[in-house]
Amino acid sequence: MDFSHSLLSILVWLPIIGGIVLLAIGDDEDTTSSRSSTMRIVALGMSLMTLVLSIGLYKWFDNDTGAMQFVERVSWIPALDVWYYLGVDGISAPLILLTTFITPLVVVAGWDSIKTRPAQYFAAFLILEGLMIGVFSALDGLLFYVFWEAMLIPMFLIIGVWGGQRRIYATLKFFLYTFLGSVLMLVAFIYLYGQAGSFDLFEFMNVPLGMTAQKLIFIAFLLAFAVKVPMWPVHTWLPDAHVEAPTGGSVILAAIMLKMGGYGFLRLSLPIVPDGSAYFSGLVITLSLIAIVYIGFVALMQKDMKKLIAYSSIAHMGFVTLGFFLMWSIMASSGAGLGMTGGMVQMVSHGLISGAMFLCVGVLYDRMHSRQIADYGGVANTMPKFAGFMVLFSMANAGLPGTSGFVGEFMVIIASFKANFWYAFLAASTLVLGAAYTLWMVKRVLYGEVANDKVAALQDLNQREFIVLGVLAIAVLLLGLWPAPLVDMMNVTIEQLIQQAGHSKL
Amino acid sequence: MDHAMDITAYISAAPEMTLLGLICAVLIADLFVDDEHRMATFWMAIVSLGVTLWVLAATAPVEPTVVFSGAYMSDAFSQILKVTATGFVAVVFLYSRDYLRANDLHKGEFYVLGLVGLLGMMIMISANSLLTMYLGLETLALSLYALVAIDRNNATSAESAMKYFVLGAIASGALLYGISWVYGVTGTIMLDEIAAVIAADPGLNSLPLWFGLAFLIVGIAFKFGAVPFHMWLPDVYQGARTPVTLYIASAPKLAALAFTIRVLVDGLGGLHEVWADMIMVVAVLSLLVGNVIAIAQTNIKRMLGYSTIAHVGFILIAVFCGTAKGNAAALFYTLTYIVAAAGAFGIIILLSRRGYDAENLSDFKGLNARSPWFALMMMFLMFSMAGVPPFIGFFGKLNVIDAVLSSGYPGLAVLMVLASVVGAYYYLRVVWYMYFEEAEDQAVLQASNDTRLVLSLNGVAVLALGIVPGWLWALCTQIALSMR
Repeated sequence: MDFSHSLLSILVWLPIIGGIVLLAIGDDEDTTSSRSSTMRIVALGMSLMTLVLSIGLYKWFDNDTGAMQFVERVSWIPALDVWYYLGVDGISAPLILLTTFITPLVVVAGWDSIKTRPAQYFAAFLILEGLMIGVFSALDGLLFYVFWEAMLIPMFLIIGVWGGQRRIYATLKFFLYTFLGSVLMLVAFIYLYGQAGSFDLFEFMNVPLGMTAQKLIFIAFLLAFAVKVPMWPVHTWLPDAHVEAPTGGSVILAAIMLKMGGYGFLRLSLPIVPDGSAYFSGLVITLSLIAIVYIGFVALMQKDMKKLIAYSSIAHMGFVTLGFFLMWSIMASSGAGLGMTGGMVQMVSHGLISGAMFLCVGVLYDRMHSRQIADYGGVANTMPKFAGFMVLFSMANAGLPGTSGFVGEFMVIIASFKANFWYAFLAASTLVLGAAYTLWMVKRVLYGEVANDKVAALQDLNQREFIVLGVLAIAVLLLGLWPAPLVDMMNVTIEQLIQQAGHSKL
Repeated sequence: MDHAMDITAYISAAPEMTLLGLICAVLIADLFVDDEHRMATFWMAIVSLGVTLWVLAATAPVEPTVVFSGAYMSDAFSQILKVTATGFVAVVFLYSRDYLRANDLHKGEFYVLGLVGLLGMMIMISANSLLTMYLGLETLALSLYALVAIDRNNATSAESAMKYFVLGAIASGALLYGISWVYGVTGTIMLDEIAAVIAADPGLNSLPLWFGLAFLIVGIAFKFGAVPFHMWLPDVYQGARTPVTLYIASAPKLAALAFTIRVLVDGLGGLHEVWADMIMVVAVLSLLVGNVIAIAQTNIKRMLGYSTIAHVGFILIAVFCGTAKGNAAALFYTLTYIVAAAGAFGIIILLSRRGYDAENLSDFKGLNARSPWFALMMMFLMFSMAGVPPFIGFFGKLNVIDAVLSSGYPGLAVLMVLASVVGAYYYLRVVWYMYFEEAEDQAVLQASNDTRLVLSLNGVAVLALGIVPGWLWALCTQIALSMR
């Protein structure tokens, strides 16, 4: 059956409908009742069905064209010339696949560790999944913005309802920070609409813009995306949100929501305001290097595991923005695409690794109800299977060759050598810092003497947890050893994007 | 457009005349109804509104018609406002009924005064002369003063009614004074003639007319509750019984919009450059003061009062643009705002019960555990007011920002979006109380099925309208373009 012409709509709306069904089923006081188990099966079924359907996206994706594929275009608000316009290219397709891959894992991870209102919990994640796929596939500015903002609502609830001690502070900070970042993007969109006469992103890309307008629009976009990525110095919401969010929330946040900032740079900033991007590329590179080095040191000092991983996320996302904006420094020599490809690979790989790391912390937290490194020690003695996974993911986080973490970082470092020795020098410091903070944490948590009675009483992974971490481990290794399918998918699109971003609009 | 004085005049004013006749009938019939059968009055009021709606539909103006020697007009703009106002008064009556019965306030006067208020609004909406406008305004205002004081044994209500009355009287005085100056300069009180006189003689655009204009703007700002003439609004919202607050918060905003557009755009459009500055100051102050002070409130009625002030800021900024796009945006914003406002106060009423008014934000704690459905509805309404897509409130803000940008004020647009980030905080707080806190009060929500149904439709409407906003925007644009 060929449903490729409406595949994107199915991927967007299927999980949202699933979420509504879950809300209709509702919660039951008795978590073992048949209604509760039906609800869980529906949640898993919907997320798996979305995953299976998204395989079509990979199968039917044409690697040889930079044009949009799976395009759907229907008039939505004719009075404002707004279209329900979806499509994917080599940048968005991998991120949609990442989304559909991570969501079922989150559902499984929350299977019975969520005790309060599980139906609403799973519904929030499914609706969130649909909205995130919407962000990655929207090609109309207003549609993009609607998905972009609507996504905040389920995340706000996820952190606020199922989060930890300081969840209310964290979730309000998360919402208001990202809302503040995005409203200026809305003003920029409406300005572009006034110039182009349409919200179509391709019209935005074609409309001529003066240098001042480009600079201002770039700043508006930068605020929106820098908060999302997050870049230093607007990163402070992330450690709070990550620490307080439930495991599933942290996973989605780290694995997918942060990628939207990077995606935004590629989809909007570079093609719409190429001269503005060129003008500010030095600033973005500087901020990225600060994130890599300074935040690396900050991570080293953390006592809370989730906070440590959150800071490591910021440092790793620094590679993404660094890779994207190197192109102007290496325009002359060949290989401008290397940095950008590296950034994209890093996005996908970080999605897998950070998600896995947060799941590992979640496994420990479910048992001990503590995230403090000091409360652990010698976990490897009581949980050998778990220790194996955690060591693997930590190595990947530190960028060990053979894991996916290595590929993206290596590409970006090579690209930055072509640009400037000092960029490369600072970026490469992560190889030391990343190894230091990750492995030091592993040493303190997993190895040594068994720290206390609680650790001594720990149970090793159950089957459900084993499957989740196992699937992620396979993905991390596969991508590390054989990244070609992913790179092939985005090659043509990235070449085209570099052409477009290198072409002055003035 | 000649001032026809034949049967068309009576056809144009048929909705108002029908409503007036029905009000008299309800008033008299209510004398023969005892407290136990007061539901009969409710149904009579609803039937009256239904008949009025039917007459409105039957006499819909094909083109702008000016009748009664130029005192009165009906056009597409008045039609949409009257239909919406009538519909929302019916919704208000329905939401209020159970609360009034539970609190021994279920008297015929509530409905009769509500209907008279609607009559005042309809007269304002159709006014083509400053005096007709004033008559409608006073009809509405007097009903509102009495409605606020309807619970006469309640000291807070009485106090806020007194405050409202005194301040309202001063504002009316200022308005009349302004009208007298405009009349003195232009020699007419008909809005279309004022516009013609100013266009014919640019020399009139000078200090004496500006002086009168300033007082007209005081009147407008007071009616809307815009800063610095907003002092009555939070007190009245808080002091009035919740059904009355609901009434004040919904339909009268439509009349205030008609007042603004008719007087400033229709009548004094030639002075746009003069009044634009005044309106902008008032609008920006409303936006900032409303949003900032709302953060500090613990009483939800008062908080929504300040939030109204902030929304009025948005509406006035749209009017400030002075373009058809701006007027369309103001109309769209007002229409969609009252949907959200009616729903929000409806849910506050739903949380109240005999002898207990749910007035504080803390009453919303744990609503998700008590009633997930209405918590969801309230969340929709709050996110709509905060301007988060995909709810309709977002499209209201979008249109205003678009109008402001196309008039060339990017700084104002940035200020507006930043103010709405501040505003988001207090709407989020309601969601936080409903979802993140434990319930302090486990009482089951009591409401009859029809109230539940309409309230659910109201909550879903802010989402549904947000998913298909195009037709409403097209309609508003068409109406704004068809105006003189």
